Amino acid sequence: MSEMDTPNNSTSSEEIPPSEPIIRSFPYRLRIEPRMEEPARWYPFLLFLGALVLALVIGGFLLVLAGGDPLRSYAHIARASFGNIGVISDTIVKATPIIFTGLACSIAFRMHLWNIGAEGQFIMGAFGAGAVVLIPLLPEGTPVWIFIPVMAVAGIVAGAFWGFIPGFLKARLKVNEIITTLMMNYIAIAWINFFIFAVWSEGGFQMTTKFPDNAWLPRLLDYANRIPVFRGLTTHLGFLIGVLAAFVLWYIIFRSRWGYEIRLIGDNPRAAQYAGINIQRNTILVMMVSGALAGLGGMSEVAGVVHRLQTSPIAAGYGFTGIIVAWLAKLNPFGVVLVSILFGALILAGREIQPSGLPKMIQGIILVCLIASDFFIRYRIRFVRLGEEI
Amino acid sequence: MMAKNSHNDIDNPPSFVVEMRGIVKRFPGVLANDHVDFRLHRGEIHALLGENGAGKSTLMNVLAGLYRQEVGTVLVNGQLVNFSSPGDAIQAGIGMVHQHFMLVPSQSVTENILLGLDKPRFRMELAKYDSVIAELGERFGLRVDPRAKIWQLSVGEQQRVEIIKMLYRGAEVLIMDEPTAVLAPQEIEVLFNTLHSMIANGKSIIFISHKLQEVMAIADRVTVLQRGKTTAEGLEIENITRRELAHLMVGRDVVFRVDKKPSEPGNVVLDVQNVVAENDKGLTAIQNLSLQVRAGEIFGLAGVAGNGQRELAQVITGLRKVNQGRVLLNNKVISNRSARFSIQRGLAYVPEDRTHVGTSPNLSMTDNVIMKNYRQPPIARGWAIDMTTATTFAKDLKQDYDIAIPNVDTPVRLLSGGNLQRVILAREISGAPTLMVAVQPTRGLDVGAIESVHRLLLSQREAGTAILLISEDLEELLALSDCIAVIYEGQIMGEVMDENIDIIGLMMTGMDLEEIQAGGSAKNV
Amino acid sequence: MDLIIILHAGVASGTVLLFATLGELFAERSGVINLGVEGMMLIGAMSAYSVALYTGNPWLGVVIAMLAAGLISQIHAFIAITLQADQVVSGLAITFLATGISLVLGEGLSKAGAVSLLPNLSIPLLSQIPLLGAIFFTKQSVLVYIGFLLIPLAWYYIYYTRPGMHLRAVGEYPAAADALGINVFRLRYFYVFLGGILAGLSGATISLAISPGWFSELTTSGQGWIAIGLVIFAQWDPLRAAFGAYAFGALRRLIFDIQGPTTLLGLANPFYYNPYWGFILQMMPYAFTIIVLVIGSREALRKRLGAPAAIGVPYIRGERGL
Repeated sequence: MSEMDTPNNSTSSEEIPPSEPIIRSFPYRLRIEPRMEEPARWYPFLLFLGALVLALVIGGFLLVLAGGDPLRSYAHIARASFGNIGVISDTIVKATPIIFTGLACSIAFRMHLWNIGAEGQFIMGAFGAGAVVLIPLLPEGTPVWIFIPVMAVAGIVAGAFWGFIPGFLKARLKVNEIITTLMMNYIAIAWINFFIFAVWSEGGFQMTTKFPDNAWLPRLLDYANRIPVFRGLTTHLGFLIGVLAAFVLWYIIFRSRWGYEIRLIGDNPRAAQYAGINIQRNTILVMMVSGALAGLGGMSEVAGVVHRLQTSPIAAGYGFTGIIVAWLAKLNPFGVVLVSILFGALILAGREIQPSGLPKMIQGIILVCLIASDFFIRYRIRFVRLGEEI
Repeated sequence: MMAKNSHNDIDNPPSFVVEMRGIVKRFPGVLANDHVDFRLHRGEIHALLGENGAGKSTLMNVLAGLYRQEVGTVLVNGQLVNFSSPGDAIQAGIGMVHQHFMLVPSQSVTENILLGLDKPRFRMELAKYDSVIAELGERFGLRVDPRAKIWQLSVGEQQRVEIIKMLYRGAEVLIMDEPTAVLAPQEIEVLFNTLHSMIANGKSIIFISHKLQEVMAIADRVTVLQRGKTTAEGLEIENITRRELAHLMVGRDVVFRVDKKPSEPGNVVLDVQNVVAENDKGLTAIQNLSLQVRAGEIFGLAGVAGNGQRELAQVITGLRKVNQGRVLLNNKVISNRSARFSIQRGLAYVPEDRTHVGTSPNLSMTDNVIMKNYRQPPIARGWAIDMTTATTFAKDLKQDYDIAIPNVDTPVRLLSGGNLQRVILAREISGAPTLMVAVQPTRGLDVGAIESVHRLLLSQREAGTAILLISEDLEELLALSDCIAVIYEGQIMGEVMDENIDIIGLMMTGMDLEEIQAGGSAKNV
Repeated sequence: MDLIIILHAGVASGTVLLFATLGELFAERSGVINLGVEGMMLIGAMSAYSVALYTGNPWLGVVIAMLAAGLISQIHAFIAITLQADQVVSGLAITFLATGISLVLGEGLSKAGAVSLLPNLSIPLLSQIPLLGAIFFTKQSVLVYIGFLLIPLAWYYIYYTRPGMHLRAVGEYPAAADALGINVFRLRYFYVFLGGILAGLSGATISLAISPGWFSELTTSGQGWIAIGLVIFAQWDPLRAAFGAYAFGALRRLIFDIQGPTTLLGLANPFYYNPYWGFILQMMPYAFTIIVLVIGSREALRKRLGAPAAIGVPYIRGERGL
């Protein structure tokens, strides 16, 4: 040791042993390090698929524990949702409301506004659209092309209002929007229940009267006499509106000045402030647009499927599914459409599956796996030889 | 963790308290320490000198157990050690006071000092420990109220808490990382007294700094690092001149001597008139401050950190309200308007915090460079953004400013500090600003990047932009500025046109210019 | 409508919120926000009820409920602490997952029939205190008394003990705690687990004591979310949290009971004669949660303090990664 105490120059220090003195039995160790470069384009997609498969495997395992047969259940889901054109149409019908709530969540989440209230905004949209029919706001016999737009506007306004309240509280008073939007969901359910039971009840039943034909969204089966294939297909115009909304939303987010502001605020609010962007105003606006999209979804559901106000088919949890869908789609509007169809299938097939909570559980597992998989986008795992200079 | 090969006799203690040999530490893309040697004698103040980014803090973080070296050995009291956490280092008697204090703001001084210790076991018994800590502080001349909450304390007091924290843990070796950077001059004096009293109590101190005059004033010995390598090891301070140290530190005789043409100042562009403004805590940060910056000049603003520089920059850029006074840009009032209002009137801002304010890490380079001009054509087309034009714009900037990025769609979080700063400068300069506010534009950059930033600033000056350069780096200010003012506690102490470093230094300690000139001699610094 | 009866029942139903709120308070104090409370409560309620049903031992049910919810909370801990994912999304995922699991495993439980419940008892001396004795210490469930004990314990633990100080440090400035050798990761895992355990206890309190039975998602009816709101209202202080929990419990009971009598303050009771007004009443707890949040947030803005500084931020250690 003592001869090394002489002032040494940097070359001699090569002989000094590396600082990792203990040689473990395995000469490599796992090293987790932040990714310093962008992963290849296919990588996140592969990761998504991996997470999905893992989720289905875990779900299957739990199903075995609960005494079910996962393979048969999954096969059943596939058959019952994509087996023939009829069920495909049904899948699309189920997917339609989720597209709207998914889009609603995706724009809010992009600004890191946790709008958990798409459910309530959806319900209020349905209420607004229903009110046009049930008050009634328009005279009997108003043509469809007036009736439907008025209902749509009513749904949008009602949903936007339900989004405005938490948006305003967040922007002005910094009130946590997660809780407020959630509470607004419960309030919306009580609200619509009150009207269904007390005001517009049809003979004491827990539903209102059926809407007149001119308040129905056109469905494929309406054209069955001209195009026979459409017989019995209940896919309605709402799906098209939803897809159109996805296009518009994509354009707004990635190609407009406002969308740029939203993306900037979402990624780094301080940079947005520095760029002269008004965050408070955008918070309120985005919450309103988010609510409006969910509200439009509510309108599409009552005018396209339910054709009356009734609590259980409207407050069916589409708003919550929208949260998962938005996240799974990485907040991309087109992704929302695709994932919605997948979830539409899950919900459709899930209705007949026992136990009834299964689809919800699988949704939860998928989301958990997907969030966990994001880790591998930000980090990579390497095997490193011990003592190696990294 | 203690070593096997200790063959030192008990009666013959090793002369070095700490000995580091051949330390190599690498970060992604940077060789921070390249076979560095460092030896600390017992009972001395040993300065570790070097520029920003020379690897001083890295080396000491290795010693303090925060980082682990890839190659090299550390000996404490002659015994080989291998710290795997700061706790290990503290047990071996090595404590580090970081540049950013590691104190929990909502807890009291005593709580912060007791944090992580085995005693008290469960019940806090704060009253008992309050007096123990007050006593310990008293012994080393570190006065602080043990019951006070950290957020109520001044920066200097917080530093004292950090020191007591290490002393309470029985630290024999105290590492101080740039301890004076955040202190007011009177506090620096108190700190130096404390350091001497600790030496008198048998402690050893490592003093990290990049300020020559401080090192000359306090240290017994000095080790100099330059770009990760040792250029001088353990020199006695008496045997070396300031000039020699400067040479060892920067490796060149002339520091940042950039060619610059004589200035031709034009009209007043920025006119700050009697501004009063508060900081985030609601205390007055700027008191009745006035200054003027003309077209085609670089106006340097010097001062110790935390004297209102940040707030002043925010007031000018519209990110902070003024309580009194006003700010004019080309004779138009811009204070208490919005950030957007000033941007549209030709204000460019290079913020101090590149990653948290200046850029948006997960957005692409294209998105980052259109931050200021996305509202105007040709980038804006009505309410839409013309992405083709935006991409071309970004590609041009990438080429013109030599930004090393795979393509303009890459998110900027993957860029190095120098490249990131070039992205910001490219964006701000491309708007052809009439006024540019640059805060610490070269902090944390390597030498090459610093030079390129300096060149960009000077070429902006020649293009006729008024530049307000706020920096803590005096040499940078001296090299670039046409005129230097000093800010102290939110007030301007005076402006000088020549490069009289002594006068500037005095003003930074709170003397105003008239006072200095009345005193006549400014030699005895 | 007897005020004492309402308050007595309010204390019981506030106990549900108390456990969940204190649990979330601990997790958030350590810097991890867990939005999975509602789901963990459901898991707790379901497992407590089914274990009590199959074994006939409600105490075993309570223990299993706490462990089950604690286990679920560790999924969140892993995702949020180790994998450093967004805690909001992870918490939501936990709610979905836990709700789904409890629905799957709780299938058919709602028709399962009666189960032996936790005992109610009166405290000998304390129940004699006029008014207070009748409200707090007479024929309350055992769990209610456990709740009483928990409040001062939590308060003392957080502010006056060494582990409590470490808890606050980890949520406030984890890097400082880490530098002094406190294991930030381990502590955060632990307090998320504690939060899960208490949420499980809260669920068990519903299904085995306060409103016995399993009614799928209606069992908790959003109380987990109200608990998260209460933590914000309480400004992360256990005493304020307890106050909020009992106040909300009383409010729930009041809404429940106000529809009973035919007259109210000498006037005809509109809620009795028009049962649909009950829907308006149903909105109240949720509307009050929003109001309470506004109050809490205003106070936080005014005092310039509030949430633990590191809340929601994954701790990434200097350079060594994980």
